[in-house]
Amino acid sequence: MGKILNKIKQGKVLVSDGAWGTFLQQKGLKPGECPEEWNISHPDEVFDIAQNYIHAGSDMIETNSFGASRFKLEKYNLAEKTFDLNKAAAEISKRAAGEKFVLGSIGPTGVILMMGEVTEQELYEAFKEQALGLEAGGADAIMIETMTDLDEARIAVKAAKENTSLEVFCTMTFEKTVTGEFRSMMGVSPTEMVETIIDAGAVLIGANCGNGIAGMVGIVEEIRKANTEIPILVHANAGMPVYQDGETVFPETPDEMAALVPEIIAAGANVVGGCCGTTPEHISRVRKIIDEK
Amino acid sequence: MSQLLSKIAECIEFGKINKAAPYPPDRKGQDGADELTKQALDEGIKAQTILSDALLPGMEKVGIKFRENKVFVPQVLMSAKAMSTAMVHLKPYFLSGEVKEKGTFVIGTVEGDLHDIGKNLVSMMVEGSGWKVVDLGTDVKADQFVAALKEHENSIVGLSALLTTTMPSMEKITKAIKEAVPNAKVAVGGAPVTDNFRERVGADFYSSNPQGLVEYLNSQVD
Repeated sequence: MGKILNKIKQGKVLVSDGAWGTFLQQKGLKPGECPEEWNISHPDEVFDIAQNYIHAGSDMIETNSFGASRFKLEKYNLAEKTFDLNKAAAEISKRAAGEKFVLGSIGPTGVILMMGEVTEQELYEAFKEQALGLEAGGADAIMIETMTDLDEARIAVKAAKENTSLEVFCTMTFEKTVTGEFRSMMGVSPTEMVETIIDAGAVLIGANCGNGIAGMVGIVEEIRKANTEIPILVHANAGMPVYQDGETVFPETPDEMAALVPEIIAAGANVVGGCCGTTPEHISRVRKIIDEK
Repeated sequence: MSQLLSKIAECIEFGKINKAAPYPPDRKGQDGADELTKQALDEGIKAQTILSDALLPGMEKVGIKFRENKVFVPQVLMSAKAMSTAMVHLKPYFLSGEVKEKGTFVIGTVEGDLHDIGKNLVSMMVEGSGWKVVDLGTDVKADQFVAALKEHENSIVGLSALLTTTMPSMEKITKAIKEAVPNAKVAVGGAPVTDNFRERVGADFYSSNPQGLVEYLNSQVD
């Protein structure tokens, strides 16, 4: 059993980190700039984000590699740097993490399998390349996230599982439909996700992004109902973005997020963290609530 | 005749591209939009009738079901593929002028944003509702939108964004378009966009789903 899973099995609720993308933007990343390129051009800024979350009390932090698949990087003519950018991402987070854990982030490729834009083999190779870079840089686990297509999620999990010795985690992004069910953009329900990605090799599953932590409660309940054992991770957005005076703001405050943490743990979550718009302040409040429990 | 047309409409609605296509499983081995559209033309049904009475109603049904969350992106993509397969047979009639598009819709993902799934989905739905679509791609700057609007007179423009960080870019582009082409109608859409945002940036229309946009576009020409 991996190190992170081991801690969870001891009955601990762990705290993950908050947003990276929106944090990078605050630090001056421009729209249209490649976030992962900063691992080489602005390593100190990236390190500062990682360190902020460690100081806020995260038990695990992610890496600045969400969009570092060959398919995304080729839009910036950086496809050939895939391995290096992922390795650098993990090295930076590892340096900040010390004894804490590093989750190597892998996001969707943006290409659609069922439209014939790409083959399963090509997707597999791309995820393998990314996972190998993250492992080489010192990641403790691979965090496949924001998936909406079940096939892509399955291939990513399989590629990471079969080619690294790391624990493989996977979360998908769900929205509430007009009839009140949870579905991904591609129509996958939390229940449908569970068996497929566990079979592919994921040892921790869950949900990330979306509309805020309130919606996550129902998603976690649904996953827990489908599988009573599997550890569940939640990375929730700080609500839906609001546009104010030329910039976008995520409205959910650290206190609002923290207030729902007991409920999300009661629903079955084992790891709680944030996604878009959450800050070290959010994480520090979540840490406090969990420590008080 | 009407039976054939309703069969074509069903192929569009359920995303049955051609006989060889495995999707949807319950129509395996049956003729798809490809074969049936050709058959309709061979039987002497007018291209305009096939478009108006089979393809457009089929696409409309998908658009409505998508808005109601009864189907999701994969089904829409399959329907759009079936639609474009059928449209290949109608192409000569568009070129000869026998069949006309309802108008021209210019679309692009705004500067700073490289995401194209939503933009492509909207393009396909608008095209599938009888419009000519000029797709400017991703990371499109204000002057590119303006140039396209000047080239295609009386077209309506759609701005797409996925990233929250590119919303300011949407505002900038909307203002630039309104200044350069005061009569231009600007529609905005994408995951972070709301009607409140639309109002703030001075755009004309927002919809949370492609069908809403299609209805808006059609209302501008009917």
